[in-house]
Amino acid sequence: MIMTTENKILKKESFSTLIDKLISDQKKVLGPVKNGDLVDYALVNAASDLTDDYILTVSSAKSAAFPKIEKLLSFTNSKEGSTVTDVDFNNLPELVIVGARPCDANGFAALNAIFTWDYKDVIFTKRLEKTTVIGMSCSKCDDYCFCTSVGGNPGSTEGSDILLTRMGDGNYLAEIVTEKGSKFYEAYSMFFEPAGDQAKDSMLANVPVKFDHKEIVSKLDGFFESEVWAEQSMRCIGCGACAYVCPTCACFDIQDENKGKNGVRLRLWDSCGLSLFTLHTSGHNPREVQSQRWRQRILHKFSYMPDRLNVLGCVGCGRCSRACPADMNIIEHLSNLMEVKK
Amino acid sequence: MSKENIYMPYMMRIEKVIEEAPFVRTFRLKFENEEEGKAFEFKTGQFGEYSVMGAGESTFCIASSPTRKGYIECTFRQTGRVTNALANMEEGNQIGFRGPYGNVFPIDEWKGKNLLFIAGGIALPPMRSVIWNCLDLRENFKDITIVYGAKSVADLVYKHELKEWEERPDVKLITTVDPGGETPDWKGQIGFVPTVLEQAAPSGNNTIAIVCGPPIMIKYTFPVLEKLGFTDENVYTTLENRMKCGFGKCGRCNVGKVYVCKDGPVFSLKEMKQLPAEY
Repeated sequence: MIMTTENKILKKESFSTLIDKLISDQKKVLGPVKNGDLVDYALVNAASDLTDDYILTVSSAKSAAFPKIEKLLSFTNSKEGSTVTDVDFNNLPELVIVGARPCDANGFAALNAIFTWDYKDVIFTKRLEKTTVIGMSCSKCDDYCFCTSVGGNPGSTEGSDILLTRMGDGNYLAEIVTEKGSKFYEAYSMFFEPAGDQAKDSMLANVPVKFDHKEIVSKLDGFFESEVWAEQSMRCIGCGACAYVCPTCACFDIQDENKGKNGVRLRLWDSCGLSLFTLHTSGHNPREVQSQRWRQRILHKFSYMPDRLNVLGCVGCGRCSRACPADMNIIEHLSNLMEVKK
Repeated sequence: MSKENIYMPYMMRIEKVIEEAPFVRTFRLKFENEEEGKAFEFKTGQFGEYSVMGAGESTFCIASSPTRKGYIECTFRQTGRVTNALANMEEGNQIGFRGPYGNVFPIDEWKGKNLLFIAGGIALPPMRSVIWNCLDLRENFKDITIVYGAKSVADLVYKHELKEWEERPDVKLITTVDPGGETPDWKGQIGFVPTVLEQAAPSGNNTIAIVCGPPIMIKYTFPVLEKLGFTDENVYTTLENRMKCGFGKCGRCNVGKVYVCKDGPVFSLKEMKQLPAEY
């Protein structure tokens, strides 16, 4: 629930003591951690594990509510049949994501739209309910960032329960955005201080607008047969890395895994870029070549999702471009779409 | 079955196994939990996810008619991991089932019309549900014609029911096998389904055609129907695409923006013509 934003100050010393307090309160804290040259989300044991030296983590924060591997049920087989046991929803952890960039925080809205479309997937929604997102505005961006082209911005409060912005003095402006954020604030108000009239805008990165997402959405309607898909995907090797790092990609596989009599049914991240994704047992494949899979990726995010779920399937984080081993750049391709004729 | 977790299956007991054709079997399935069985409702055309714990889930239609209460049936060909595990199951064994999912054949709208069913090979099962549904409500419809073909005599499924339909005075059954697929005592037609259909030449006047078969059969059947005077609104088919969830989340069955699992699997030819070629 969106409420009127209330501003507080979180001093930089208090930030660390707050994180340590969360951990001592048995909450799981997921935040940016340095791993060699890379920074990625990890569960931390202390505030000192966290880093603020990152533009964007390698992976998105989606695994908080949509883990790479998720148990859907477990079973025990016997001669008489199978005993199937439901997931124990009471044991889901209270999770706090700290340092999620506004694009990542925004990604949960797209995931939620998919997982609640007619059939409510409680395995997702219950995890999301237990997750508090403490976002962190961006003071820096790079050439891959394009949140402002898809309706976001580096200081957007969308999707964050509390949004922090690092101010000139090193302290954080804390915008309390949602009811969940408000509850969090009430529980930890001792760490916060009243805020004066502080404006965050001057602290934010300047992310240039590359295209208008509304124009893309309206242009893609009827673009299915375009030759542009083949041209753009010539160098796509179909590895699926773009989907794995994407904050809104939700396609999954379901597989059983068992050891003797006992086993689990698992939901696993999958990707429309992989050749086996749509392969029928008969050998027939509706998306036989890579260009058809690339088309699915773009149309799903920029045409089908806006049409069916009223949400864009892209938050402009640019991770797909950063992760692509063939250097396919989504900004280039979307800008190119605006130029080509149908 | 948990009401909340949409991936929890009903547990089903295999009451009967029927060997239909080489590698093709039908299971009659009863709900282990009687209450669940009583509460379960489906309509013809819908499908489900059938599973063997440890092998995984597989998508097939419900091949029985909703007019036959107390059980559901599925017919499958043994091809992949799950169907091989299913094939190893015997009467009395237990499997999982989630469903029903998808849309339905609009049989209420077909009242007072002739029905023409056209099926090829393993595509008779989804049609068998609607055939029996209509036969159990026989007074609602005029002439009922079934054209069914397979590669060979051995590949024809539901042989016992084909005999039953053949003997019924209120059903016209035309069976055919591909050239070379006949046996010495074969009394049906020899030839491909579209050719046999053209020769039989049922009128498209006040008639609904329901077509299901391999893509090549479908491709050559639609023009024949057009020639016979069928309009696109009066021709129906049921699509199949690879699926995992069955309810619009796993992301692989869509044809353009249309989800086979939610918007289908039943489509009219009019709707089919608006779909991009992605199935």
